[in-house]
Amino acid sequence: MEPGDRCQWSLSGSLPNPSIISMKILVPVKRVVDANVKVRVAADNSAVDLSNVKMAMNPFCEIAVEEAIRLKESGVASEVVAVTVGDDKAQEQLRTAMALGADRSIWVEQAGQVEPLSVAKLLKAVVEKEAPDLIILGKQSIDGDNNQVGQMLAALCGMPQGTFAFKLEVANGRAVVSREVDGGEQVVSLSLPAVVTTDLRLNTPRYAKLPDIMKAKKKPIDHLSPEALGVTIKNTMTTLSVAEPAGRKAGVMVSSTQELVDKLRNEAKVIS
Amino acid sequence: MTVLVIAEHNNQTLNPLTGCVITAAAQIESDIHVLVAGKDCQAVAEQSASYEGVSKVLIADNQGLEFQLPEAVTPVILEMASAYSAVLAAASTTGKNLLPRVAALLDVSQISDIVAVQSADTFIRPIYAGNALATVQSQDAIKVLTVRTAAFEEVGKTDASAAIESLDVQVDQAVSEFVSENLSSSERPQLAAASVVVSGGRGLGSAENFQLLEKIADKLGAAIGASRAAVDAGYVGNDLQVGQTGKIIAPDLYIAVGISGAIQHLAGMKDSKVIVAINSDAEAPIFQVADYGLVADLFQVLPELETLL
Repeated sequence: MEPGDRCQWSLSGSLPNPSIISMKILVPVKRVVDANVKVRVAADNSAVDLSNVKMAMNPFCEIAVEEAIRLKESGVASEVVAVTVGDDKAQEQLRTAMALGADRSIWVEQAGQVEPLSVAKLLKAVVEKEAPDLIILGKQSIDGDNNQVGQMLAALCGMPQGTFAFKLEVANGRAVVSREVDGGEQVVSLSLPAVVTTDLRLNTPRYAKLPDIMKAKKKPIDHLSPEALGVTIKNTMTTLSVAEPAGRKAGVMVSSTQELVDKLRNEAKVIS
Repeated sequence: MTVLVIAEHNNQTLNPLTGCVITAAAQIESDIHVLVAGKDCQAVAEQSASYEGVSKVLIADNQGLEFQLPEAVTPVILEMASAYSAVLAAASTTGKNLLPRVAALLDVSQISDIVAVQSADTFIRPIYAGNALATVQSQDAIKVLTVRTAAFEEVGKTDASAAIESLDVQVDQAVSEFVSENLSSSERPQLAAASVVVSGGRGLGSAENFQLLEKIADKLGAAIGASRAAVDAGYVGNDLQVGQTGKIIAPDLYIAVGISGAIQHLAGMKDSKVIVAINSDAEAPIFQVADYGLVADLFQVLPELETLL
C-alpha cells in the first residue's frame, strides 16, 4: 500500500491566517509493547516479561502525531515538536515521529518505570521551556492503561483539557474538541494553550515513507535529563506482584441455535 | 479517616455506577462521604444519601458546575481533600477525565481502574489490556482511585438517609466552556450497567443488520455493544464500543455475534459471567473465552434465536 492511501484529508485552498501561523504543537509519545503482542507474566510474578518483545510507538500517540502533522499541513501550526521520556531505545519512537513529520524532538532520558505523575512533571518542565500553544497526546498507553498523563499535565500547567478527542478544530485562539463520553459525544471549547488527548476515531495515522525515514535521521533530538529540567523523580507506588488473570474454564461447542438456547436456559440459567 | 466518593450524575439522576464505587470505598473505610457537584442537583444528593454506608452527602450546587467540567470541579475537591484518606470515582469517561487532575494537584499518584481492594493502601488493577493483574501499594497520604465498576456490585439502599450538607463554593471563570452534547437516548439499559449484552462485530456487515441484534436485545432486555471493527466500519456509534479503550463490562450474559475476538475486545468483556460466541469462523479467538460456542452463519442463527427466546 502507498503511504498516502490511508490519508483522507484534503488541503484547503485558502491561505492560512498569518496571525496564527506561529502556533507550536508539542506531542509527547511513548514507546510500548507492540499492540499485536500478547504479553506474558514473568515466571517470578514480578512484572510482565518484555524480553525479546516487539516494541512500537503507542497507537494513541501515533494518532496524536498524525493530528499535529495535519494541523501543520493545513497551515494552522508552524512547528511540531515530539517529546518522550524513556531510555535510549525510546529515541526510535522520536525518529518515527520525525519521519511522520515532526520537525524536531526532545528526549528526556530516564530509564525504568516512571509513574504518570512524574512523566507529567517532566512534560510540564518541557512545556515551560518550549511554550507550545497546543499539546496533543494519546489518551492512554496500552501497557499501563493508566489514562492519566494528559489530565495531570493540564492540571500542573493550569491549562484546560479536551480528553478522548474524536474531532479537533483550532481557530481564533481556541481549540474546539469533540469528545467521546460514555453516553455519546460532548463538545468543549478551550482557550489556548490547552491539552488534547486522542481517541481512536480522531484520524487514521499514515505510514512513514522511506525518504522521510532517511530525512528524519538528520532531524535534531535535544537530549535532556530530569535534573536539567529541575524535576525529582519520585515513585510512590510499589508493584507487589503481577499475576496472570484467572483463566476461564473451557467452554463447549453447541451444534444448533436450539441447543444453545437450551443450554442458556437450563444449564447456565441466564435466560428465562 | 473517611473516604470521599465523587457522585456521577446528570444533575437529576444519580448514575448507579456510583453505588459500585461506594462498595469499593466501603472496603477501604467504613465512613463514606459522597460529593455531588453540579447545578440544581438536590435530587441527586437525596438519591446518594440513601446508599448504605454513606454517612454524609456534600452538595456543591453552582451555576459554574452545571456541566461538571474537570477544570471547574477539581478546585472543589482540592478544597476538601485533606480531610479524606481516599478519593474515589468510577473509571467512566467522567471519572477518568476528572481524577488525574485532582491527583496531580494533590501531588499524589492515581491508581486507575482498580478491580479489588486488598487493604487500605493496596489494590489490584489490570494492565496490558487485562492480560496481567498488578497488585500495587501506594505510599501516598491520600489515595486517588478510579474504580472499574464492573468488578463491584452496586451497594444496597437504606431507609435511614444520610445527612446532606451544602458546600459554599466559588467557581472561577473557566478556561473551558461546554458547547454541546449529543447523548444517545436509548430505552435500553446502559451498556456499562446491563446484565445482558448482545454485541456485534464486523461479521454483521452493515448498520442495517444491527437491527437483527436489536430484536434479540429487545427479547432479553439487553444492551447493545459492538467491537471496534464494527464501530470503525460505521455500523454503530463509538459509545457502544466494548474493549480495552472502550467500555469494560462484566454482564451476567455476553453474546458476541460476528466478533472475531481481538485481544483488545476480549479485554472489555472477558470477565462476563457467561459468554456466548456465534461466528462462522471456527478458528476465531472469541471461542477461546466462550462458555458456549456456535459455529454458524449469524444470519441464520439470529432469526432462529429471536423465535426461540
